[in-house]
Amino acid sequence: MTMSRRQFIKIGAAGAGSAGLASGLGTRWWGLDGDPTPDPRTDGDRVVASYCELCFWGCGVLAHVKEGRVTKITGNPAHPLSRGMLCPRGAGGTGLLYDPDRLKKPLLRRSKRGEDLFEEVSWDAALGKVAEGLEKVKQRHGPEALALFTHGSGGVWFKQFMKAWGSPNIGAPSYAQCRGPREAAFQLTFGTPLGSPEPLDIANARCVTLIGSHLGENMHNTQVQELAEALGKGAQLVVVDPRFSVAAGKARYWLPIKPGTDIALLLAWSHVLLAEGLHDAAYLAAHASGLDELKAHVATATPEWAATITGLDPGLIRDSARLIGASRPASLIHPGRHTVWYGDDTQRERAMAILVALLGNWGRRGGYLKHDRFPLAGYPHAGAPPPPSRARVDRPKGGLYPLANEVLASGLCDASRPGQSLYDLKAWLVYGCNLVQAMPDRPRLLEAIQQLELLVAVDVLPAEICGWADVVLPEATYLERDDDAWNGAWRRPFIAVRQAAVPPMYDSKPGWWIVKELAGKVGLADHFPWTDAREFVKTRLAVKGQSWEALSSTGVLLGPEIPTCEEEGAPLTFETESGKIELYSKELADLDFDPLPVYRPQEEGPPGSFRLLSGRSPLHSFGRTVNNRLLAEPYPENEVWLNADAAAHLAGFEARPLAQGERVVLVNQDGVRSTPVKVKLTQRIRNDCVYMVHGWGQTARGQRYAFGRGASDALLTSRVKIDPIMGGTGMNVNFVRFERAVETA
Amino acid sequence: MTRRYAMAVDTRRCVGCNACVISCKTENDLPSGGFRDWIVQEVHGQFPSLTLQIRSERCNHCAETPCVAACPTGASHVAAGGTVLVNRRKCTGCKACMVACPYGARWVHPDGHVDKCTFCLHRVERGQPPACVETCPTRSLTFGDLADPASPVARLVARRPHLVLQPEAGTRPQVFFLT
Amino acid sequence: MTELDVARHNPLLDPRLQAWGWEIPVYLFLGGMAAGVMILATLLLARPGARSPALRWLPFAAPGLVTLGMLALFLDVEHKLYVWRFYLAFRWSSPMSWGAWILLLVYPVSLLVALASLDGAQAGWLASRLGRAGRLVEAAWAMAQRHAAGLRVASLATGAGLGLYTGVLLSTLAARALWSSALLGPIFLVSGLSTGAALLMLFPVNSEERHLLARWDLWAIGTEAILLLLFLVGLASGTATGQAAAGLLLGGPYATAFWLLVVGAGLALPALLELLEGRRLLRVTPAAPALVLVGGLALRFILVSAGQT
Repeated sequence: MTMSRRQFIKIGAAGAGSAGLASGLGTRWWGLDGDPTPDPRTDGDRVVASYCELCFWGCGVLAHVKEGRVTKITGNPAHPLSRGMLCPRGAGGTGLLYDPDRLKKPLLRRSKRGEDLFEEVSWDAALGKVAEGLEKVKQRHGPEALALFTHGSGGVWFKQFMKAWGSPNIGAPSYAQCRGPREAAFQLTFGTPLGSPEPLDIANARCVTLIGSHLGENMHNTQVQELAEALGKGAQLVVVDPRFSVAAGKARYWLPIKPGTDIALLLAWSHVLLAEGLHDAAYLAAHASGLDELKAHVATATPEWAATITGLDPGLIRDSARLIGASRPASLIHPGRHTVWYGDDTQRERAMAILVALLGNWGRRGGYLKHDRFPLAGYPHAGAPPPPSRARVDRPKGGLYPLANEVLASGLCDASRPGQSLYDLKAWLVYGCNLVQAMPDRPRLLEAIQQLELLVAVDVLPAEICGWADVVLPEATYLERDDDAWNGAWRRPFIAVRQAAVPPMYDSKPGWWIVKELAGKVGLADHFPWTDAREFVKTRLAVKGQSWEALSSTGVLLGPEIPTCEEEGAPLTFETESGKIELYSKELADLDFDPLPVYRPQEEGPPGSFRLLSGRSPLHSFGRTVNNRLLAEPYPENEVWLNADAAAHLAGFEARPLAQGERVVLVNQDGVRSTPVKVKLTQRIRNDCVYMVHGWGQTARGQRYAFGRGASDALLTSRVKIDPIMGGTGMNVNFVRFERAVETA
Repeated sequence: MTRRYAMAVDTRRCVGCNACVISCKTENDLPSGGFRDWIVQEVHGQFPSLTLQIRSERCNHCAETPCVAACPTGASHVAAGGTVLVNRRKCTGCKACMVACPYGARWVHPDGHVDKCTFCLHRVERGQPPACVETCPTRSLTFGDLADPASPVARLVARRPHLVLQPEAGTRPQVFFLT
Repeated sequence: MTELDVARHNPLLDPRLQAWGWEIPVYLFLGGMAAGVMILATLLLARPGARSPALRWLPFAAPGLVTLGMLALFLDVEHKLYVWRFYLAFRWSSPMSWGAWILLLVYPVSLLVALASLDGAQAGWLASRLGRAGRLVEAAWAMAQRHAAGLRVASLATGAGLGLYTGVLLSTLAARALWSSALLGPIFLVSGLSTGAALLMLFPVNSEERHLLARWDLWAIGTEAILLLLFLVGLASGTATGQAAAGLLLGGPYATAFWLLVVGAGLALPALLELLEGRRLLRVTPAAPALVLVGGLALRFILVSAGQT
């Protein structure tokens, strides 16, 4: 090294010589040789504890704030749902806060509804317009003609408003378009709906069975944490899914079931458990009713019978049943979450609940636990508003859907079309939920919207629903606002707090402020005596002598440990009519429904078409995060999964088969066409269905990244099959065929 | 005893959620399009006989470093615990290291220098785990000192079957994928 | 069947790594040609007998080509404000570092060789055009005349180093299967000689010089063809990754360009032309040297690009 440098100098190149010299000792003298550890310096000057709002799970977060900007978001180790760990969405919250497309000022519609043309106005003008519209509706149609659609924790303020205003019509698509059938089925069987977060003890299960749930892609933080923990402890996984999901990739048994035939499989599993004595006889004798009826009901539901229906190998059905049975009582049949599939969903969930009972898993470690809320007092103020004079209007005339235990958002939409229900809805307040993607049958939704006298949308982004609104109110994101404290039921009760990390950007306002101002304009100020969200929470805490300071600094207050299962001394009690687990449901029998689940074949699609299935990406919460540039980096658009062998033999594509990643248009049985979307040719799915992640194909121009990207499964869901028991809108009953995007463009 | 930082990635726990990727991006203030870690899903077989391996990949912080060897200025260097770093004040952006790396772990930052995973050495020096490790909801990632046989990472690598990426490249990777 | 999903969307890295664009092959091409010019001009000038005036000026092409090559390298380098860092370190393991320093060495050597090849009148003319710097040129010329023999040795050594380096740069990057061959250095050296000869042939050298250059070029082309054959055989008979790499040139996406531009246009056709021209069966035209240049450039483009696939 030194030799060659000397040679350079000797040869006489002055430039090279001095440079060579400099590269020796010189650099050390000038401090140019050091290799300091690179530090991006993203740690906050302040760290604000709060809870997440990228999805509904509500994990505890720590927002790092530096020079007025949120630099990063990490998990709050003190919070029982995040335990210091976050999913990608939680970590990507800054992508929402600093989304360049955010709603910046209140907007008033300036053309026909749906044309998405607006004028920026002041808050005073916007809320004045809302107040004026509401008063008009109240005079003409009564206060009950106002409906609230809400999703997310900030909705509590708007629910308070509805109470004061006098309308019972508060709904969320998260029931009839999501977890409703499960809630109804578990209430029928065990006397209690499951709610969110579900009280599951996945971590201690020895066997976890997922039926159509793709936990892991469905990124419910705590549940995924526990699933990994269980796998780490050697738990086995059984996955029933037409698609080779991530969970299926980890399963001991993957059952690639024909879509729509799950009930046959579940009955066959029950058959094997009962026939081979793998059920928990003592538990059932003590706590369940209807075992004999069940035994008779599944006597002929052999694996061989189910095999012909489900397309599964009978040996696989039997072996998986034996594994599930051998692992009891810590053999967890996961109840799933998005369960509106085929219109017989309550019955399928009933079949799952019956398995839970057969395994003695309810109330046991590694199963369904007891959970509880941290007691939190209401805000003390005199005189609650009088109850509404008319009942909620989410069911059509004729007394359908008798066991809906929450409000049907789809029913509220229908009640907005004149004459469908006992009275008509005339005004909507839509808080934080993009009904355009959330609701099936888009023409029906838009028809309902066109009948309204007033539509107010409150959101942080110009979501599609905002384009249909008369007034759009820009809310501050969860990182810029205080909210009510949250005491969701959990096996370790807790209270979590939402605190603004930075002040609201632009002219956005927190939900509590919007509601309080609006209440003032419609003469309801008396019902909102608190000064702001923080005072509201502080006062609620003070009633029970709890300290705001402690909550504020750690973000969470933990209640005392409670016994959560029989092993911890929690007695098994059931709030059913009989006080027992109802394997055979007398309630269903009385209502003329099948008291035990019966398999009935689903309609098939037209030849050459594929059943459309949808699901989740771990990076996205429905369509809400599609515009988040940070989350889009690893997952920029959805794709439609198609079996590679089916693609090779696809009718109409014989001359030139579809290529990997090629853009296609999906056309459903009613001629509805999707936007162009990439096709993913894969072995990971059956050849009779296709799959796509929900939430893409958005039509709101204001969301410049999301606009037109990927395709919308909701748009292609022009048909639903409604669950007669609880009104859930079964969505997996649509069929699509393929066209080349270039040919149709 | 010299430290040897290493990572174990449990492919049996990992669900490929990308939390590691997003946390890395915000922790290290990475520009759009820049990834210091990423998720690979590898599927083998024919329906319905399939296997899936999910890997959270990043720079392997190899013990034999073709990238450092290829660097003309000393910008790419081996720092504490065998961590392979780029000193952006020495980097000319000649990309020889990128071409020398068998793993595609390096990329050109819009500022011009070459960028890559640092094992979050700035955090490690403060006693914190790398950002990806801290956030991982499935606890798939274990970081530590392989030279310390009592460390969790050393115990995992000793106990569990594992593989490294492209062992034939002779780079002796220090990221171990537990299978 | 294997399906591979990489959740990373960096256009520079995925779906394949193409870190080096057009700049590096151009740089390697110009560097190789400069090496050829240095070596061949030195040999021609060392030979007794008449020299064409053009040949006396042509050694200046070497520093010119190197300057252009360094410009291409500069364009490729992404962190341009830090380019000086090349010259604050010498890293023996990095061919990039070797190259940076060799390029610096090339300047004094090639300039002095070029000066030495001028006769007194030419040197005087040059000095008179350069004003004050003319005194320096005269002094350098005088010194170069005194050390002409030593300079020739230095020129041959530096030229060979430069030519070899352009190939070694690739072959040390073991991560790329196509490049992991020790033959790349010699291949690039002889290709450099061939393109250097071709460049010189494009200028009005005298017929004897032209004839010599053509003979040397034929020799270089023959050697290059043999080395390329050995290179491909070596890869194809090696590991699976080596076979896949050889396949890129033999039957894969780069095959057409390789066989047409490198083997056909760059080697076979000019060799044939030069043979026929040498036997006076064909009039001498610039076609053969032009084809050699095309082939040399194509070789570097194909190897750099295919190697990164």
